[in-house]
Amino acid sequence: MGIDRRKFIKLSGLAALGIAGRAAGDVVSTLEESTTLPFERPLVGKRWAMVIDLKKCQQHEGCKDCITACHRIHNVPDFDNPKDEVKWIWEEPFEHAFHEQEHEHIRNDLKHSNVLLLCNHCDNPPCTRVCPTQATWRREKDGIVMMDWHRCIGCRYCVAACPYGSRSFNWRDPRPFIKEIQPNYPTRMRGVVEKCTFCDERLAKGLLPACVEACKEKALVFGDLEDADSEVRQLLGSHFAIRRKATLGTMPEVYYLV
Amino acid sequence: MFDAGKIIVGLIVFLALITFPLWYNVAKGKAGYVPELEKPTTADRCVEDTDYMRSNHMDLLNEWRDLVVREGQRVFVDSRGTKYEMSLTRTCLNCHANKDKFCDKCHDYMGVQPYCWDCHVDPKEVR
Amino acid sequence: MLEKALSGDKRYWGWIAFLLVVIGVGTFFYLRQFHEGLHITGLSRDVTWGFYIAQFTFLVGVAASAVMVVLPYYLHNYKAFGKITILGEFLAISSVMMCMLFIFVDMGQPFRILNVYLHPSPRSLMFWDTVALGGYLVLNVVISHFTLNSERKSIPPPNWIKPIIILSIPWAISIHTVTAFLYSGLAARPFWMTAILAPRFLASAFSSGPALLILFCFILRKLTKFDAGREPIQKLGVIVTYAMTVNVFFILMELFTAIYSDIPEHVSHFQYLFFGLDGKTTLVPWMWASVILAVLSLVLLIVPRTRRNETTLTIACVTVFASIWIDKGLGMVVTGFIPNPLGEVIEYWPTIPEALISFGVYGIGLLLVTGFYKIALSVRGELPTEPVRATAHGSVGIEGS
Repeated sequence: MGIDRRKFIKLSGLAALGIAGRAAGDVVSTLEESTTLPFERPLVGKRWAMVIDLKKCQQHEGCKDCITACHRIHNVPDFDNPKDEVKWIWEEPFEHAFHEQEHEHIRNDLKHSNVLLLCNHCDNPPCTRVCPTQATWRREKDGIVMMDWHRCIGCRYCVAACPYGSRSFNWRDPRPFIKEIQPNYPTRMRGVVEKCTFCDERLAKGLLPACVEACKEKALVFGDLEDADSEVRQLLGSHFAIRRKATLGTMPEVYYLV
Repeated sequence: MFDAGKIIVGLIVFLALITFPLWYNVAKGKAGYVPELEKPTTADRCVEDTDYMRSNHMDLLNEWRDLVVREGQRVFVDSRGTKYEMSLTRTCLNCHANKDKFCDKCHDYMGVQPYCWDCHVDPKEVR
Repeated sequence: MLEKALSGDKRYWGWIAFLLVVIGVGTFFYLRQFHEGLHITGLSRDVTWGFYIAQFTFLVGVAASAVMVVLPYYLHNYKAFGKITILGEFLAISSVMMCMLFIFVDMGQPFRILNVYLHPSPRSLMFWDTVALGGYLVLNVVISHFTLNSERKSIPPPNWIKPIIILSIPWAISIHTVTAFLYSGLAARPFWMTAILAPRFLASAFSSGPALLILFCFILRKLTKFDAGREPIQKLGVIVTYAMTVNVFFILMELFTAIYSDIPEHVSHFQYLFFGLDGKTTLVPWMWASVILAVLSLVLLIVPRTRRNETTLTIACVTVFASIWIDKGLGMVVTGFIPNPLGEVIEYWPTIPEALISFGVYGIGLLLVTGFYKIALSVRGELPTEPVRATAHGSVGIEGS
């Protein structure tokens, strides 16, 4: 049986591929007998939501306590230019935050107020639907839209899909631009998308989100919508609240009391 | 075979060059080199035993990563019932405080660049 | 057969050398981008997809257009296309490679790209896009290899290739439909969220792709002995005419629903494109140029005399290609982000590194097309000169025999 040079090279190539494939397949979990647990006293909720009282938020001119707290403990970089900007929570004028609600004769205090914007942790999030690697997903147990920065490939499809502009991409290495790195929380690397995660690491320890805790006026209220006695439910039951772009069907869970 | 002389000589030179890393270290007497690691003083044992950690710490860290980030589990209970928080910075680096005298020693020698440090903070570095 | 791309005259190697320089420059800047991050591009927090993704979108269309020669030949036995199906398939392979490269250079963490397959996400259109494009690449490589190989041996292609070729026809339609779905399912971007986006993409693909193929045939006729023949080129011209007419009609449909309904979030994007918004007018001259080119191309194509005259046909094909490139490669992607979800206008323009990296990718695509066409033409013995080569056994033979 003769074999010509072309066939031989083809066969060797296939054999090499096969051997490499076999070697790559050897990824097996080798953890010995062990169990894993959550922390001892986490904050537990079935559907986390936030209610922001715009009147209370406007009490202190130029107050940025919540933004500073969040960005500090999460090592959010400050690039000082809108092109590379990374922000998890920030302020916008009313006409930008709710530009389908604004009109010429809107109530005076709203015309001049700033609204706090952050990820809405939607119940029907368009961003998690489009992620090709599930690097972002909605946690079934409590409704938080999470980020896995190890898996993100930086395609920015989620940024395109978010109707609220809540997501930021790391266009460059953020470390040189972090004023004071907090060692207890990782920074992110260039090339991944990031956003507010409702402080899941603080909730796991039984703490409220940093922005909620930092607010002097308690304008930010965080709680479980499935708990009828929670403060968020009380507020929603007694006040009128609006949400951003509610008609899109994303079911955002950040409510604004106007 | 045509040009047999040139081909065989060429093959021998090629083999010599490509196995250079193997025989050069033996010739220099460095074949038995093992990086020296600074052992931690704050605890008497690691999360798992040394042999296991030596070969599998990367897999352990990967599993911890998925358990913490994706499953929301934070505490690891080892085979003896001891509880550890699953955290590179707060648990591992708590004992192996000098990353450059422990982690980097082997990684640099092997030419491995784990990207963990792009994000996870070495407390010594930022102080 | 690959060795046929490695022999050629001075002109061939000069062109290859030029392409290699372009690719080299692109690679250098890509390494810089890989190291520093995508901040060296013109992209921003508001306009997160730009030139790279726009080129990807445009080139998926060019890749899909191979179906316009495959379908008539294989499904309807239109024999005149027999000589050029291989050119269409090779163009498809090169275009798909460029698409994949544009995606690669656009990603923040490109070496994690296997995560898309390790953690498949069936609800994500991007996952399906990679499957569709990957499959289309494999299909075209298999088809072109086996048909050309059989032609080289002067035997009919194997029987099993026929169903694969038939499969490539709906697959070609699907790659561009899936790419359109990437955009048209996003509630966040009203400019893209239109049912007619996929039909628009296909119409523009079937005009720009065959137009490019016609131009390639003219170039090959000038540089080599390969002559596709008058009939296939004229037929392709008719295809381009109908497709471009449909494409322009679809654009007018889009304009009507946006302008007549007067809904701000629909109108504002078109206003930005054609008149500027908030004083920002970067794309306005480009869009009007695209309109003028489209009208000119339609006139030249619809009037039979100018379509039949090969000089005016060339002008028509160039204007079709340019008009659609501006529409898809500059206008379409970026405008989805302008105005942004907060109603602000933040503009975008590619930076020089971004442009050079893109040229590098185009260089790779052209290199592939050049090499592939060289192989195809060598197999058919239609090169300008037959290089006389000594074979391994010392006898002199004509290449290809």
